[in-house]
Amino acid sequence: MSKIFALAGVVIKELYRRKDFYVLFVLTALLTLGAGMVNFFHDDKIVRYVKDICLLLIWVSALVISVVTTARQIPAEREARTIFPLLAKPVSRAQVIAGKFLGCWLATGVALIVFYFFFAIVTGSKEHFWPWAAYLEAVWMHWVMLGVVIAMVLLGSIYFAAPSSTSTITIIVVGGILLLGTHLKIIALQQPEPMQFILTLFYFVMPHLEWYDLRDFVVYDMGLVPVGAVLLATVYAAAWTSIFLLLAWFGFRRKSLTT
Amino acid sequence: MLAVLFAIAFTLSAKLALPADNWSGRAKSDNVFGMMFGDGRKLFANHFFTMADVYFHSGYYPSVFDQRATEEKEIISASHGHKDSEEDEKNEDFLGKPKDWVDAFGRNFRITQHTHLENHNEREILPWLRLAADLDPQKTEIYTVGAFFLREHLNRADQAEAFLREGLRNNPDSYEILFELGRVYHDAYHDLDRARNVWQLGVKKYMTAPADQQKEDKLIFEELAVNLARLEDEAGNYGAAIDWFHAAQKVSPVPDALQKQINDIQKKMAALIPVTPGKLY
Repeated sequence: MSKIFALAGVVIKELYRRKDFYVLFVLTALLTLGAGMVNFFHDDKIVRYVKDICLLLIWVSALVISVVTTARQIPAEREARTIFPLLAKPVSRAQVIAGKFLGCWLATGVALIVFYFFFAIVTGSKEHFWPWAAYLEAVWMHWVMLGVVIAMVLLGSIYFAAPSSTSTITIIVVGGILLLGTHLKIIALQQPEPMQFILTLFYFVMPHLEWYDLRDFVVYDMGLVPVGAVLLATVYAAAWTSIFLLLAWFGFRRKSLTT
Repeated sequence: MLAVLFAIAFTLSAKLALPADNWSGRAKSDNVFGMMFGDGRKLFANHFFTMADVYFHSGYYPSVFDQRATEEKEIISASHGHKDSEEDEKNEDFLGKPKDWVDAFGRNFRITQHTHLENHNEREILPWLRLAADLDPQKTEIYTVGAFFLREHLNRADQAEAFLREGLRNNPDSYEILFELGRVYHDAYHDLDRARNVWQLGVKKYMTAPADQQKEDKLIFEELAVNLARLEDEAGNYGAAIDWFHAAQKVSPVPDALQKQINDIQKKMAALIPVTPGKLY
């Protein structure tokens, strides 16, 4: 376990040494503050559009950070040939996968905390209201969802040729699930066979990442999602994360490490 | 070489600057969105207007994939004084029963209650209306809806009037905007004379509109005529009030209800006619 944590520590250090997070955070902050400063009809109590814009930027930034950070982990180790001394420690290939996953997931978690803290400060200063429980629930669900995404990217980075293709494909898949996941059954029912069967099958077997998007609950102050549902969703995400990690380990075990 | 290239670039830019202005209508646009997006901005305007309706429902809103019985945005019907009946509520339940376990579980993470903004929270739709108006200044319902919520729910008659005046500058022949402006003068400022003038101007604009547009907008004419009738009734000009009600009857889907109001005014008029004194001696 200590080896996994050591590997994770390296990944976290890498995140705060690289500029991706800082650039995205500054961009999010500037756009949110800019939107917040606009005055509509001389009414300074209007706040929901600021929440909406800020949360959208946080979701996009967090997705980009997690995907880009994860996609280059194993290819970079192979390219720089640091994978060989790493595996000679000795560290098993399963531990490499677990360590890389944990590092990326924790690093994304740190980034999320910074983003959401900024969000709470900006919106709270406008509406003088801090629903911390709702924020915590939203952050937790977001983080759990990113766990699935990170595991998916690790799997992709084993099979795809370059980090750029892994990142692009994952962002398209995740974006597609987030946008269409809820409606896929309705779309399927409008299609002729065999497309109807294929889409329905995909609807049932794909990871439903759209469940983890609680932005509407935060923006519209709709209270909390039942804790039981959050726990079940967490178990569902853990199952998908495990599936992707196992598949990644299975692929990595057989992979030739020479480039 | 560099100097020659720079000279060519400068000469060409000076020569082509004027004709380039005529290649596209964008440069002539009077706002920054028009310049950036051209006519494509109207698509964004529609989206932002829909966003205002989404906010009015606190996120409970059908997507393009969902079926919904009514197509009209509720912020528009609310601005015409429409209140949801039980039947309307049923029609707006676009989710229906869960289709499967994925849908059923997923509803824990979606807003599934049909609510409308209230208690001054209606202000939250205003940014989207402002953006929509900037993107498509010719879409008159943006101004009327915005002004309705500013006046009726937020007690900001001054802002409502300013927004409508801006709309009127962009759409000088809009009787919808004139009707809403009359409501600001009548309901918020209680200024009967200005309300009368504005509504009468609205009727005049309606009468000069093309016949097919008149047919399409006959309910707006009815609203103008009925409000003018009530205003005249309020001012004690019963004859004029009856005339306006008669005009409204011609286009109204419920002429009998208007007849009842005419009868009430006639009763008031009868009560006012002085009794002729008989011979005292």
